[in-house]
Amino acid sequence: MIKPDWQYAMVIGASSGVGEQIARQLAATGCRVALVARREDRVRKISMDINGPSLHLAVPFAHDVLDFTNASTHFDHVVQDLGGLDIVFYAAGVMRRVGPTEYDIEKDQTIVETNLIGAMAWLNPAAKRFERAKAGVIVGIGSVSGDRGRRGNPAYAASKAGLECYLESLRNRLAQLGVSVVTVKPGPILTEMTAALGKQPMMIPAERAAELIIKAAKKSNKTVYVPGRWWLVSRILRAIPSVLFRRLRI
Amino acid sequence: MKPPTQRLERVEAWGMSSSSVAYLYKPSSVDGILEAFAEARSLGKTIALKGAGNSYGDAFQNAENVVIDLSRMTRVLKYDPVEGLITCEPGATIRDIWRYVIGDGWWPPVVSGTSHVTIGGALAANIHGKNNVHAGPIGEHVVSFDLLLPSGQVVHCDPLTEPELFYSVMGSFGLLGVIVSATLRLKRVHSGQLNVEAIAVKSLTSAFEVFESRADRHDYIVGWIDAFASGSRCGRGLIHVADYAEEGEDPHPEESLRVEAQQLPDTFGGWLARSKLWRIMRPFVRPSGMRLVNYAKCVGAKREHGKQYKQSLVAFNFLLDSAPNWKWSYRPGALIQYQSFIPKENASVAFERIITLSQDRGLVPYLAVMKRHRSDSFLLSHAVDGYSLALDFHVTRKNQERVKELTRALDDIVLANQGKFYFAKDSTLIQGGAKLFLGEDLVDRFTALKKRLDPEAILQTELSKRVFGEFESAAAQLSPDDENAEPMR
Repeated sequence: MIKPDWQYAMVIGASSGVGEQIARQLAATGCRVALVARREDRVRKISMDINGPSLHLAVPFAHDVLDFTNASTHFDHVVQDLGGLDIVFYAAGVMRRVGPTEYDIEKDQTIVETNLIGAMAWLNPAAKRFERAKAGVIVGIGSVSGDRGRRGNPAYAASKAGLECYLESLRNRLAQLGVSVVTVKPGPILTEMTAALGKQPMMIPAERAAELIIKAAKKSNKTVYVPGRWWLVSRILRAIPSVLFRRLRI
Repeated sequence: MKPPTQRLERVEAWGMSSSSVAYLYKPSSVDGILEAFAEARSLGKTIALKGAGNSYGDAFQNAENVVIDLSRMTRVLKYDPVEGLITCEPGATIRDIWRYVIGDGWWPPVVSGTSHVTIGGALAANIHGKNNVHAGPIGEHVVSFDLLLPSGQVVHCDPLTEPELFYSVMGSFGLLGVIVSATLRLKRVHSGQLNVEAIAVKSLTSAFEVFESRADRHDYIVGWIDAFASGSRCGRGLIHVADYAEEGEDPHPEESLRVEAQQLPDTFGGWLARSKLWRIMRPFVRPSGMRLVNYAKCVGAKREHGKQYKQSLVAFNFLLDSAPNWKWSYRPGALIQYQSFIPKENASVAFERIITLSQDRGLVPYLAVMKRHRSDSFLLSHAVDGYSLALDFHVTRKNQERVKELTRALDDIVLANQGKFYFAKDSTLIQGGAKLFLGEDLVDRFTALKKRLDPEAILQTELSKRVFGEFESAAAQLSPDDENAEPMR
């Protein structure tokens, strides 16, 4: 079978940052995109902006990813309204500032639920559908933060590490069926989420990140660092023995 | 109602050139079909009907909607070995039927190049065989059929009581209703073998000469053409004619009419498994390889010229079954077949232009087959009093745009020569293309009939949406949706 270019895409977490940029860039290629996000007014506005007066490429959907139980029903609706599904991006994610001595379960819970459980709630039905369709691409946005348990934000790192592991499992389940699962691990990206962190090393704008993510989704079926140089950084970080790592202030 | 995601399945064109995901229902009874209709209605989805999925293109696809696969309804309901009448459910294949009847000296009167098509699909496409010029399409051998309308009503159709339905449903690709059983008049055969003769031709002109002089005299006639040959050799190839044996000609017809005597051996040449042939063909599926294969066939044709021999009904008719899954040799690409039907006066000029244009564009068809046809009285008919040329094009990710452009250009040649297309093969005709060759009046008549039989327009396929445009339900026309609204879900 000749795989056609993506015609139908779904971006979960499309109201800002990387998700928004991915949706915009996909729509620019003529792909019909469902923009799923909690903030209704924003996805609606972005969709109107994408569509302009004449196009019908972007379709807004309001859904809070924390509403796990209804995710699968929503997923079906979105696919039905979209008219199909070739690729799904899970770009929803939160990062709460956590002090060095702060251990707040409420904050942690929101982080893990949004970044990990929400991903499972939306990507499970996607995996099921693609399994039946014997084609499709699942893209999850992890983070280099998931590579090591650094001091800064335990729950965020754990959620991203968990997501990576979950996506790897999906990949291993679905690879034989022609479905690819891509884990994207960006370094810091300049978005609303990271605005509070101030300037970060090797930070890239969301537009550039989205470009690289779409490129990765087209080509690979594995974990991809965005931009690519983070691969080397991550290798080095991962190679540091735990006894040394705990002494480093990173 | 929640969509039944467990029913989702990819439905792929036989030629692998397109595919879509649909909710697949596989009923084994009329009740099952009705249930699928009811579910589709409650889901607000349209329905496409599918048999064995042997149409080259999108005739049985219906993206994100319901596809009813009838291949589980395979029963033979009634068989009269004296009169040669067989009534079966739509999922019974031509293979099922010939195996059922051959022992009594019967053979399906019209068969396709593969025996794996279902009788429902064969009627929906109103298929033809290599004997089209004499036998017409399969519809002319159908005594009657039962049609399940979308309303749930079953209508018994035969040419006398329901002439309009009889001549419209066959050839309408499942857009008017579901054929739930059909009675076919079989052909009496006095031997399981055909008398075959091979005639090599050096050019398209001589191919036409052979067809003109021989078609009337023989039961079957089919020509293979080397589409790589150009200039004065353009159209060189090999024509086969075949005749049924006369009564008494075969001293022991019961021998050759056994199912076992008809079956193709499992191996090719005694050692090569047929099921693996596609793997051996695969390295040749490229222009250079196919040029070589076609050339080798031409050399072989010269040697075969003038030979007369006997060949079993199965081996002669079902050439496409001789290498099971041969389409896989086109992977990772796909194939489309471009078959055009041109009136006899224009055929030779048109075919030469078609072949030359393909060569000029660097997209030479790997297989080209020519047949003789006659017109018939079905509403949506692809037949003309003339010839057809079927071209197999290799489609890859890289060349797909160029193939599309080429088929557009070929369409112009065909239409300029009053030619026609065949939906079972088609995957390239442009949006609304049916009107171009069937004429506006005829398409309007068909649309009006569809509106009467299927007022909610529940039967639609990717093919129908492409060549006819989307059929609108009568209800939707009364209360059009506000198109400008962008609802929030």
